Amino acid sequence: MAFTPRFAASFALVMLAFLACSSLFIGASELSLHAIWQGNEQAWQILTVSRIPRLLAIVLAGAGLSVAGLIMQQIVQNRFASPSTTGTIDCAVLGYVAGMIFISSDALWLHFGSIFLCAMAGTLILVRFIQHLQFKNAVLVPLIGIMYGNVISAISTFIAYKYDLVQTMATWTLANFASVLQGNYEMLFLAIPACFIAYYFARQFSAISVGKHFATNLGLNYQGLVTLGVILVAAIAALAVMTVGVIPFIGLIVPNVVALIMGDNLKRILPWTAYWGVVLVLLCDVIGRIIIFPYEIPIAMIISIIGGALFIYLILRDKRHG
Amino acid sequence: MITLSKLNKTYGSQRVVNEASMAFEQGKITAIIGPNGAGKSTLLSMASRLTKLDDGAIRIANVALQDWDNAELAKTLSVLRQANNVNMRFSVRELVAFGRFPHSQGRLTPEDENKIDDALAKLDLTLLQHKYLDQLSGGQRQMAFIAMVVAQDTEYVFLDEPLNNLDIKHSVEIMQVLRRLAHDFGKAVVIVIHDINFAASYADNLVAMKQGKVVCQGSVAEVLTEQQMSQIYDIPFAIHDIGDKKVCVYFG
Repeated sequence: MAFTPRFAASFALVMLAFLACSSLFIGASELSLHAIWQGNEQAWQILTVSRIPRLLAIVLAGAGLSVAGLIMQQIVQNRFASPSTTGTIDCAVLGYVAGMIFISSDALWLHFGSIFLCAMAGTLILVRFIQHLQFKNAVLVPLIGIMYGNVISAISTFIAYKYDLVQTMATWTLANFASVLQGNYEMLFLAIPACFIAYYFARQFSAISVGKHFATNLGLNYQGLVTLGVILVAAIAALAVMTVGVIPFIGLIVPNVVALIMGDNLKRILPWTAYWGVVLVLLCDVIGRIIIFPYEIPIAMIISIIGGALFIYLILRDKRHG
Repeated sequence: MITLSKLNKTYGSQRVVNEASMAFEQGKITAIIGPNGAGKSTLLSMASRLTKLDDGAIRIANVALQDWDNAELAKTLSVLRQANNVNMRFSVRELVAFGRFPHSQGRLTPEDENKIDDALAKLDLTLLQHKYLDQLSGGQRQMAFIAMVVAQDTEYVFLDEPLNNLDIKHSVEIMQVLRRLAHDFGKAVVIVIHDINFAASYADNLVAMKQGKVVCQGSVAEVLTEQQMSQIYDIPFAIHDIGDKKVCVYFG
């Protein structure tokens, strides 16, 4: 290998730092290093109220969703599984709509609870269904997942129509980091412990990806681990959906590209998956802010274009190799 | 010693295992033979706790199966079935390292590393250890899964059709490894196998099943008679002694 691990790590850090700085200093209101250096109060306020929260939200959502996709792929033993292809995200949206209607309180954690419970229950239903499938065709699983997601999504839309919430739902589900401000994104930090738990159980998740019998032979509690995985995925997806909106594809493409290069040993690839998730989301967010500067294109659109193309490439590649 | 007494399993209205009793001894290879649908794989699954039994009793090292802790049992009994997901990209060494999981919970000690090296060497995989599974041939992949079971280093080893789809060379190599596990390391090796001549050459004991029932069991010499084999497989058998081996000829 031409890249030593140390070189790869330093290169990765430099790239991340560069993107992070771009993210901090690109935006509608001008922010210069000079002003910050001089202690300009307005500059500092922009930095701490808007830019840093935005950067942190991007980092947490990018890393979290990529890791969630990776876990999902291991527990349903399918490359094309991810929160957006197994109905998790759609169930989270349903939970959000239900929360808006039935929870009168403003307490964030109540709304989070509603989103999380819906995402978890919905994902568990699909995972159990997939476990009972006799033929686990690689493309069939995400197809079923996407159809399932569409059904759930139709229910959400129906409820939203009934309560006149369609517009709220549409604005809110389109992922956009522009609305992230100090005070409204902090719950995303819960993605950090979720990722650490995933890392702690990495070997177990790797083992269940080979199969139920394989895992049982190693003395693992297969069903328990699947449930734990679903809980982690649902929690991360719920957090991202609640604070940022729906970022499609990220949990699908990042783990796939990383696995293509580094294999499927979860313990080894999990940190890299998180890293590339951050880089991809940061990059798309920066692009979205530059294209029609000083206006912004929501990140969901940029990532859909890149992600959709990559997804099709991966399916075609899988067909050729399968 | 593992003893199975009067195991039953019914799927829907079909009784796939019917009052089956047998014992697996340490230091011996026991081969379960019989036609398709005889209930061999189901029996092996039940004996290795992968499938729940309807009724009957299983005792492993004198402890009833239901009293075993699953994680503890993984240090005593290993089982390899077919149809593992090989789409996941693990290297051979990573796969074999899974075998040490029950002992070290993922934190490999130098002793674990030794056992992994040892298992790789036993199955002649040392040179392939850093290849990904999806880059290997079917035979090499099967060797890798067996190396994992060897690394797991359990007193009891269950294998469901370990020779399926393998060429002669790989088949012989695998059977030689299994024989060493039983005879040199004192393990109880139990295999479900279709090729009777492989079973006759390498196994110590045979269990013959048909339609869920045990038809006969005992040493190779006791089970491998023309009359019993013809009855089990419903075709004429001729059994010849060639050298010190019994060879079945059943090509009509």
